[in-house]
Amino acid sequence: MGGPGSEDRLTVPSATLLGQSVLSGVFIGALYGLLGLGLSLSWGMLRQVNLTHFALAFLGGYLTFQLAAVAKVDPFVSLAVTVPLFFGLGVALHGFFTRFKVTLLNTLLVTFGLTSIIEAGIQWYWTADFQRMESAYAQVRWKIGPLYLSLPDVITLGLALALCFGTWAVLRFTDLGKAIRAMTEDAPIAAAFGVDEKRLGYLVSGVAGAFAAVAGVCLALDHTLAPVQIYAWMGVVFAAVMMGGLGRPLGPLVAGIVIGVSEALTMAVTAPTWAPLVSFSLLIAILLFRPSRF
Amino acid sequence: MKITRRQALAAGSAVLSSFILPARAQGKPIRIGSTLPLTGPLASLAIIHKVTAEICVDNLNKRGGLLGRPVEWVLRDDQSKPELTRTIYEQLITADKVDLIQSPYATASILAAMGVAQRYNKMLLHTSFGIPRLAKYDMQFQTAGSPFDPEVVWPNHIFDAAAKLPKPPKTIAIVTSKFPSVHAISVGAREVLKKRGLQEVLHLEYEFGNRDFGPIAARVKDANPDFLWGGTNGIDPVLMLEAMKKIDYRPPAQVHLFPAPGPMLKVPEAQGSLALTTFESHPPFTDDPAIAQFVKTYAERAKEAGIPYTAVDLQSAIMYAAWQVLEAAVNATKSLDDKTLAAWLRKSEVKCLFGTLKWNGPQNYVEGADLYKVKQLQQGRWLVVHPDPWAAPGAKIV
Repeated sequence: MGGPGSEDRLTVPSATLLGQSVLSGVFIGALYGLLGLGLSLSWGMLRQVNLTHFALAFLGGYLTFQLAAVAKVDPFVSLAVTVPLFFGLGVALHGFFTRFKVTLLNTLLVTFGLTSIIEAGIQWYWTADFQRMESAYAQVRWKIGPLYLSLPDVITLGLALALCFGTWAVLRFTDLGKAIRAMTEDAPIAAAFGVDEKRLGYLVSGVAGAFAAVAGVCLALDHTLAPVQIYAWMGVVFAAVMMGGLGRPLGPLVAGIVIGVSEALTMAVTAPTWAPLVSFSLLIAILLFRPSRF
Repeated sequence: MKITRRQALAAGSAVLSSFILPARAQGKPIRIGSTLPLTGPLASLAIIHKVTAEICVDNLNKRGGLLGRPVEWVLRDDQSKPELTRTIYEQLITADKVDLIQSPYATASILAAMGVAQRYNKMLLHTSFGIPRLAKYDMQFQTAGSPFDPEVVWPNHIFDAAAKLPKPPKTIAIVTSKFPSVHAISVGAREVLKKRGLQEVLHLEYEFGNRDFGPIAARVKDANPDFLWGGTNGIDPVLMLEAMKKIDYRPPAQVHLFPAPGPMLKVPEAQGSLALTTFESHPPFTDDPAIAQFVKTYAERAKEAGIPYTAVDLQSAIMYAAWQVLEAAVNATKSLDDKTLAAWLRKSEVKCLFGTLKWNGPQNYVEGADLYKVKQLQQGRWLVVHPDPWAAPGAKIV
């Protein structure tokens, strides 16, 4: 709690401050998870470290912003445009990787280059200045006891939960999911059982692209867009994906929320400058104590 | 010799046109080199500097250039990277062989360019150097109107302005980014507020680029200050205010040192917010017809360039001043020699669009005084409200 001469050292927070900070951490963590979901799928199942995912998410955000600003299209209606478009981009990217037999390390390099190209394109069209989507959703908030919830945050959490659990359920309970898991486990053996590895690869890559479009809507709803911010999310989302386990749909969400809440509590009780260290400290701790996870 | 009527008319027209039409720049262009962060984190501000400088060069050439020669601005993108800035200035001086150099943007890049300027004895005018004590080179000159000791002068400007609020604040929460310049000023503000008998109820520092302002907003709400000191720049004030809005909190009064002006206009919670500036697009700044014309041209060019906020303010004004100073020095000395220009600047004053620049104090700065003002966001417009001589007509701090 702030008091006379309060410094940015360890302080005893009030219950309200603590509660509000936890909520804030859950919501930002949900966005980490949502951004990490597509990355985790393509990395874990296709062996592609796809940095373009971040650029696509921001491109999705910009397209949502543009459709809302110019054509007054509701952000969620804009998904009817961006989801198929980004599914197609995901498929095309996978086609490129397959055609040129790009290795895992090289996917990192190639997608970094593609990210820079998309960033330049965004800057060319929307300029480097900050863009902010104005929507009726941002005006809605609720008070529960002393705590506040805003609609964009709740939507982000809801979408993250729905997509992560939905993907998990598909992979866990459907034949398609079982085929994808078999392909990930051992592609030649899966092929011997009739699994079409190529088609499934295109499908997974397309779905990962579509998830970027959904994350883009959440970015546009609750965040200010600037081309350079593409890179600001990479570190923490990478940490969430690695902590959550590659190819595990629930992993990035759980890890993202753990990171988000840890960062928020760090900011609530001590100097906010320590917060960025939390995600990487957690990642290092997991690498040290549970290396088998990777 | 008999002069025909036609010849007399032609001669008359020639004499008349020499008064009406500007002198035409001729000969080999004078090349002036600089970098700006056209890409990277500072790109949103660089575009303002680019548009402004292009207007300045166009105007300069319309007036006959410098020393009768046209001016060519050689601009390179430093990608917001100081190490690249250093390399490019080296190239501009040694490979491009520019005649003069102009300012890059932001403290780190200016410091990088200053090292190169010093190595090659080039004069460096700079627009946005936040830590004057680090400017040790004797041929560097600021054109932003900032003092040698901004960590003392600027907090005093702000607390002087805050003292005029309907309810002068007694308790202050200081929340500052660790971005070097605003951090240094905020550290100074902690000392200044003590000397003024104000009480600090919260002090928080966060990393520049912070994504989640929720917990910071909750801590400010918990501390319940009379006045929020936002040691913030760029988009951070908007993010902080939106996080506060989510928890139904609005500080009774606030300053955000260098906010991105456009996005702040769209945030209702930012109304009443104070900020530092040198220039705003209203009288008395625009009383000079040339400056009024610049404001108009800038609005047109900024719109063409896709800049959302098209009014001239701090950023465009400091770049405009840099070209005013360069022109004044070259015209006064009739020289392009860096040492001659620097010697003239040290002992001279140059009237720019936001006051009179001087360089007769420590490290070519002025200690304890500057040309900065305090502006306030009122009904969707930024208006200078302090000090009184620069206040917008009829504007008062509310």
